[in-house]
Amino acid sequence: MTITDDHVPISLRTAALEQLLTERELVDPSLLDRFISMYENDVGPMNGAKVVARAWTDPEYRARLLEDGTAAIGELGFKGPQGEVIEVVENTGDVHNVVVCTLCSCYPWPILGLPPGWYKDPAYRSRMAREPRTLLAEMGLELADDVELRVHDSSSEVRYMVLPQRPAGTDDLSEEELAALVTRDAMVGVAVVAPPS
Amino acid sequence: MDSIADIGGMHGFGTVTREPPDAPPFDQPWQKRAFGMALLSMRVSGTNLEAFRHALERLDPVQYFGEGYFGRWLHCAERLLLDSSILAPGAVEARARALRGEDVEEPGTPEPARPDYQPTAAGSTREVDHEPRFGVGDRVRARRFGTPRHSRLPRYVRGASGTVERVQPAHVLPETHAHFEGENPEHVYKVAFSSVALWGEDAEPFTLTVDLWESYLEEDAA
Repeated sequence: MTITDDHVPISLRTAALEQLLTERELVDPSLLDRFISMYENDVGPMNGAKVVARAWTDPEYRARLLEDGTAAIGELGFKGPQGEVIEVVENTGDVHNVVVCTLCSCYPWPILGLPPGWYKDPAYRSRMAREPRTLLAEMGLELADDVELRVHDSSSEVRYMVLPQRPAGTDDLSEEELAALVTRDAMVGVAVVAPPS
Repeated sequence: MDSIADIGGMHGFGTVTREPPDAPPFDQPWQKRAFGMALLSMRVSGTNLEAFRHALERLDPVQYFGEGYFGRWLHCAERLLLDSSILAPGAVEARARALRGEDVEEPGTPEPARPDYQPTAAGSTREVDHEPRFGVGDRVRARRFGTPRHSRLPRYVRGASGTVERVQPAHVLPETHAHFEGENPEHVYKVAFSSVALWGEDAEPFTLTVDLWESYLEEDAA
């Protein structure tokens, strides 16, 4: 095996590739700009939070979401790359779900945006399949022994989103206020949604 | 492929590093450009998502881990562009050295050799006209096979027995689609494994589900 050590810093390597492709008109830099801007500004966990808040306030939507996540998420206008099939798994008092991709870093982009660094960390990818309770505790989530833990490894084009439990004391909140409580971490399953402070 | 990318269950990667919850998706400017070019590299090279993942599998460990997620994406983009003769070997290094002021001779532009292949539809899910071999509740065992081709059968699950929990939409077969040898769509099953089946009696209590193609599975006769 040859271990590559080309001494070219990755930032320079990236610039070189872009220049080579751009000068041959194989890549349009303004198209790159649009992709980047989309995932920096328009697509992110705020989308998934809207899905969760809708499910918390509309029992029929919740039922549709758990039956056919792709379609129910599409009702809110969220679709696109890495969202070909989306399955939603529900956390309850008895069952806790968490999502990983051990083979790469598959993640439901249309509703959560690009994955955070920790999701792509080899430590997360390797350990979530083997010692998830220990890892979740290290990440700040202690699960009771009697809670069933379900880990979903995203090995196909099916992407997983966790529907977190609605926190207590939120009966009077609007859908919009509820969405503001929902975090990315809770929709991956490494946290729960905290009640409003 | 029994590759560096297949790290489920491996020891030795330490603790998870967590950035603040509101951290942006890119923390260095080059990562943005690498991300965009990786997405476009599939179109420019005339390949597909499965080929991109196979390129990830083929990286050496330094390319895979050395510069993190977007670093490996950049190396993958280059690999696909080399495979399709869009870029000449050494072209990126030569241009990078030229950019930093070195006097280097850059290789010429090769004749492109994109794979002779057209997908039958967008995406990776397909309709198949035969019934699924397995049904919800069936006991199945993940086969023990390794292949130098692209594969989505993780090492940690091979040989273990589990229960079919859901029949997912059928998918193109990674083992052939990544190599432009046909879509060969198969049924895909969400299979639930007990942690004890995967890791032995001392395992933490949990259930792991993983989506497996029909040819990755056999009936569990036991």
